[in-house]
Amino acid sequence: MRLRERLERGEFVITCEATPPKGTHVRPALEAVARLARYVHAFNVTDLQSSVLRMSSWALCALIKEEGYEPVLQLTCRDRNRLALQADLLGAWALGIENVLALTGDYPTLGDHPGARPVFDLDSVQLIAAIQSLNSGRDLAGNELAGATGFLVGAVVNPGVEPLEPHLLKMKLKVKMGAKFFQTQAVYDPKTFLRFVREAEGLGVPILAGIIPLKSARMARFMNEHIAGVFVPEEVISEMERAKTREERVKRSIEICARIIRAVRPLCQGVHLMPMGWEEHVPAIMELAGL
Amino acid sequence: MLVSELKPLDEIVGYLREGEKVFLLACGGCAEVCGTGGEEAILKLRPALERAGHRLTGALVLPFLCNKALVGFRLARRGEEVEGADAVVVASCGVGVQSVAQVLDKPVYPAANTITMGGLQGVWPSEERCARCGDCLLAYTGGICPHTVCPKGLLHGPCGGSQRGECELEPGRPCGWQRIYDRLASLGRLDLLERYRPPQDSQKGLDVPLSRRKAPFWALEYLEEEG
Repeated sequence: MRLRERLERGEFVITCEATPPKGTHVRPALEAVARLARYVHAFNVTDLQSSVLRMSSWALCALIKEEGYEPVLQLTCRDRNRLALQADLLGAWALGIENVLALTGDYPTLGDHPGARPVFDLDSVQLIAAIQSLNSGRDLAGNELAGATGFLVGAVVNPGVEPLEPHLLKMKLKVKMGAKFFQTQAVYDPKTFLRFVREAEGLGVPILAGIIPLKSARMARFMNEHIAGVFVPEEVISEMERAKTREERVKRSIEICARIIRAVRPLCQGVHLMPMGWEEHVPAIMELAGL
Repeated sequence: MLVSELKPLDEIVGYLREGEKVFLLACGGCAEVCGTGGEEAILKLRPALERAGHRLTGALVLPFLCNKALVGFRLARRGEEVEGADAVVVASCGVGVQSVAQVLDKPVYPAANTITMGGLQGVWPSEERCARCGDCLLAYTGGICPHTVCPKGLLHGPCGGSQRGECELEPGRPCGWQRIYDRLASLGRLDLLERYRPPQDSQKGLDVPLSRRKAPFWALEYLEEEG
């Protein structure tokens, strides 16, 4: 069953990030996807995440599709103007890609080509509007297209961000312009997530809670300090600290992820896994979470 | 000199809610030379505002609205006229509009689009206040320019990198959209953030090479040489 149908039927949906290679060797990425396919309904292919150069998202999406799995094209406003964004979207649809996640994009100075010129010709709300326009058979300038797209459009939101209100207003606008599902920044504190879900409930749009496995206590502290909207509670950090060997840390991290998934499961319509190199541990997380 | 052009009168009138009283402020600096400020602007704007049912509590030409430090003192002398107004329409470049917005707790609406800063610039750090987009949005953003306060120039609220009111780019730097949100909240105009704004025409300003902007300098220099 396709992602669109699962979401429409109100089923619990599991998506997972797939990272394009830094280079041309696509096999490892495709093998990771094949190993996780049993647990995951669709794979989000990142678009130069953290502004670090990698292979284009649409290329890995097309390869994933060819192998028989369902991709979600992540598309940011950082590197393409309105012409290039629309051109890539038309091409993606022709390659069989049916889902798009519209994002603003990190600033280029955060990545490995800090001198790159930022584009941001459109913002994420305007990108959603552009996709809707292509879906209706016209480009952003109103010209008729020979063949429309039929994308399912998703967007992102950061449930732990403070203050939340401006982000909720933007989320509302994204829904108004055509976003049909939301994937969130990593959740570690179900209480904060619940507060967000209560605020966003009225929008009536499926929300997939973000899950990032903690590799160490240091990673948790780093995220608390540097990643907007991520809050790892102190008791979770000390849980990780008590693990002395790598093996123990992996085990603890899997337990924490499974616990968060069980806690958010009644609150939302799915989870979005961002394994950050820990793809091998996803099966254990899913099994322990009962998914 | 800054170069600006007057917005269509319908657009300016459209910023105001029914029956709102207006104080009209025009710049007697660069904008006056462009015909978008000074007495000329007041003569154009006053009848349009009155026709649309807005009473003017006062109208004033002040030299160089971009000099924020002086704007506050000068406006204080017209206290009652300013206080009695629901909103202020400012005929100047984007720097002048923002300097007035900073000294008044009222909605401030631009009457002009700024096209270029030219050579001599406005007084209040101009390059950092006005991006010369040629399609001034200050009416919708509480008199704070989203192009200059947000590194990404977003038009619909903060990105996911905004946290505790700070920008993802550098610690301590305020998130521009948090500032806009707070300002609109204090003016009771958060409804403005529920509206969609289509992409701007970058050929009006933002991405136009300086050599193609509507700067009149080449023409001035040419005339000087002609003697």
